Amino acid sequence: MTPPAFSSVGLRFENIDKRYGGLLALRGVSLTIAPGECAVFAGRNGSGKTTLLRIAARLVRPSRGSLTFSGNQRDGEENAIRPGFVAHATMVYDELTAEENLLLFARLEAVSQPKRRVEALLKEVGLSDRRSSLVRTFSRGMRQRVAIARALLHEPAVLLLDEPATGLDPQGVTWLAESIRRFRDSGRTILMSLHGESEISSLGTRAIRLDAGSVVADTRTGATFRSILTFADA
Amino acid sequence: MSLFSNTAVLLGKELRTEFRSRELLTATIIFILIVIVLFSFTFDPTSDESRRFAPGLLWLAFLFASSLMLQPCFLREQHNDTLSALRLSVSDPFAIFLAKLAANTIFLLLTELLLLPLFAMMYNVPVLSVLHWLVLVFFLASLGISVAGTALSAISAQARMRELLLPLLMLPLLTPILVASTEVTKALFDRAPYVKWKGIGFLAVFDVVFLTALWLFGEYLLEE
Repeated sequence: MTPPAFSSVGLRFENIDKRYGGLLALRGVSLTIAPGECAVFAGRNGSGKTTLLRIAARLVRPSRGSLTFSGNQRDGEENAIRPGFVAHATMVYDELTAEENLLLFARLEAVSQPKRRVEALLKEVGLSDRRSSLVRTFSRGMRQRVAIARALLHEPAVLLLDEPATGLDPQGVTWLAESIRRFRDSGRTILMSLHGESEISSLGTRAIRLDAGSVVADTRTGATFRSILTFADA
Repeated sequence: MSLFSNTAVLLGKELRTEFRSRELLTATIIFILIVIVLFSFTFDPTSDESRRFAPGLLWLAFLFASSLMLQPCFLREQHNDTLSALRLSVSDPFAIFLAKLAANTIFLLLTELLLLPLFAMMYNVPVLSVLHWLVLVFFLASLGISVAGTALSAISAQARMRELLLPLLMLPLLTPILVASTEVTKALFDRAPYVKWKGIGFLAVFDVVFLTALWLFGEYLLEE
């Protein structure tokens, strides 16, 4: 069996605060995400899910506390601990084609044999036949596929998905769920924020509820897991 | 991946997207064209008059046009949050600035060189004999405008009154460039053209100082 292109990586958030002016978006968040875990973050709008994921992506610097990545990276695996991030926005250029977008980011990330990698990913996300179309001509679902391909370019060991099903039709959600299942089964550590129960949330191995910037519930077990996602009292 | 290879990849993207849409170049060229043509009707210049006021007019048009060009520089990256994607992908965030300021310098320089023959014709100013010196001044001034303007564009893109903020910050900061470029150009348009080295030196120092500041502090401008 071919070994995965990355080693499993875990994350440790220690006493994280994030302040935006007068607003405290995160308050003393401490969490350890084990390598290979698929953690689902639930919570109302403004509860701090996106901020936490952006801190994990190292796009936002915490006001207090620290984030560390743990695991056994092989030599030259700096890219592996650079998380793949899928956000609300697609993070790709509308004025470039799907292929140009992926090639641009592949070259920036120093992916070896970028053309071959892009070709494989376009095939994987089902966009081979639209590779030369400008992204601005794509539907929301197709843009999301490009966004996911971009996040996977450097074969990250950690995948961060911020409400990845936003704007997807039922077929798109099914495709996304299958993709996430593959990522999870390949040993990637996944952190995703979701609203409510869905076929995507059922892939989670751990559910964490945030409220007003704090972790208020955290479980790996059935009934409580469901209640966290549905906002019901556990 | 090195800073320069990241920069080259990003510069390729900037050029490709602009030459595909031609949004910035078209707006800038049309703006400068209007200024040049309108003023040529107003003043009906003789050769001596042109030598006196044409350099100032030329650089004022370039400066205002550059604020049009620099405004969308980082705003474009906010539309789909592509700035975050770039920050996640590059090894050194300075590459993002370097590519953008290189692209802006190329676009400005291209605009200036395209409009120079028209300017020379309408204002009766001989430019051929001093063309190489003019290209040097255009390059140094365009680089200075781009370095400072790109940094300010990154700041203003995150502000609430972004459309107003960039010109408000940029125009006072770039006044020294305007003065130095006008002085050097005036000397080159003289009946007996000469090179004002002090002005050229000032432009070069301005470029180096602002480029160094951007290299040192640019990363903080991109933070959320």
